[in-house]
Amino acid sequence: MMNWDPLFITLKLAVVTTVILLIISIPLAYWLVNTKSRSKPFIETLISMPLVLPPTVLGFYFLVAFSPGNAFGNWINEWLGIKLVFSFGGLVLASIIYSLPFMVHPIQSGLSILPHSLTEASQVMGKSKWTTLFKVLLPNCKASLLTGIVLAFAHTVGEFGVVLMIGGSIPGKTKVASIAIYEEVEAMNYSAANFYATVLFSITFCILLMVYLINGGYLKRFWK
Amino acid sequence: MIKIDIHKNLSASDGPMNLRIKCEIKKGELVTLYGESGAGKTSTLRILAGLLKPDKGIITVENANWVNTKNRSYLSPQNRNIGYVFQDYALFPNMTVLQNLEFASKKGQNKKVITDLIEMMELGDLQHRKPQTLSGGQQQRVALARALVRKPNILLLDEPLAALDYKIRLKLQDYIARIHNEYGLTTLLVSHDIGEIIKLSDRVFVLEQGEIARKGIPNDIFSNKKVSGKFKFVGEVLKLEPQDVVVIVSVLIQNNVVKVIADKSEVQSLGIGDKVIVASKAFNPILYKIE
Repeated sequence: MMNWDPLFITLKLAVVTTVILLIISIPLAYWLVNTKSRSKPFIETLISMPLVLPPTVLGFYFLVAFSPGNAFGNWINEWLGIKLVFSFGGLVLASIIYSLPFMVHPIQSGLSILPHSLTEASQVMGKSKWTTLFKVLLPNCKASLLTGIVLAFAHTVGEFGVVLMIGGSIPGKTKVASIAIYEEVEAMNYSAANFYATVLFSITFCILLMVYLINGGYLKRFWK
Repeated sequence: MIKIDIHKNLSASDGPMNLRIKCEIKKGELVTLYGESGAGKTSTLRILAGLLKPDKGIITVENANWVNTKNRSYLSPQNRNIGYVFQDYALFPNMTVLQNLEFASKKGQNKKVITDLIEMMELGDLQHRKPQTLSGGQQQRVALARALVRKPNILLLDEPLAALDYKIRLKLQDYIARIHNEYGLTTLLVSHDIGEIIKLSDRVFVLEQGEIARKGIPNDIFSNKKVSGKFKFVGEVLKLEPQDVVVIVSVLIQNNVVKVIADKSEVQSLGIGDKVIVASKAFNPILYKIE
């Protein structure tokens, strides 16, 4: 009997991470598109860092920062009652940071190619920034939103280094599918590894295929 | 009455430009801003709409202060209640024509305004279509209608007809004239088309390098001589052909080319591309019905 837990944890992690990322990334991308602040290049660099940094670097700093052995980690643990190391909460937080560029970048580029006159037209009609963002701007970059959601989701599914370092591979709690594959291979248990690998492969293939079908307009043509 | 007295340093394509606009516009007037590109016409509209902040100066509208940099008061574009038609129309692609108009309306505003505007701008058959499926002229009509939903007192038109072909342009000029009168608007129009300006506007401000160089009624601005012609048209010189003692001047009037015989001394100051008035007073024109 196969153990489905790692797959469920992977999916749960990906869903929670994607939802939170979407909520964070929309205002962040909007700010990046519109700001004239001098801090913009620094913020953009920080957001993009996970693209180039080995996940172990992020994992290492995470471990150091949130370990109950130091003052900050201890404070969070005692005052907020949240344990971020070797826990699902920690996995979510690390995944959010790690997948942030995959959500922010598409939304940012989607917003920045919209003509500025759309925003101005909405302003002249007495609409607030938020109304403009949600009623005018976002509906006109649905493709970018979808790309962001899917990339962030798929990237979270594919995480390995960060979740291994922060989560510590606790069965039923933080052991996600990608780690399970690694461990099954180490234990020479190839059929189990193959099972997890096949599921991950099919899920990510289907998700990405969906994006290309939708954004390429193939589905619309099919329905018509 | 709109009183504008503002300064703004702009970085135009050919270096920095100092925009210094001082003018008064009477209620109900239709004023055209005319001038070369980069002279500051669009910037003036944007400052009046609140989309661009002036560095210094005052804007008052009907005795209400919109901008006063001395006491740092600044009315946001949301609160100015202006109708603005953008050069690219800025219709929202995610909404149908009707939804575009509905989005513009104020909270709790009577929907009758929208039905009236749809009827007036003849958008009935188009109201459930998305903007990108409409022709340029149709989009322009939607943009005009949308700018009027909030019942603004001031209408700003930024080269609204520049991208349209001649016939549709004429039709839309009629729409503009009609809404200007029917809604009692004070209208500011940016236009390059002299025929259009003469047809529509009460007064013209000629902008040169960020300043109003000349003001006046269109006929005075665009002709140096007073011609009391029985009929006259504005056109553009296409060709000058010297023939013995005279010169044949080809003039493009709207979409017709007309040949005019002129004296050599008369054409000395003329060049190809010059705007001219073709006028005549000594003969009787004959009218033939063609359509």
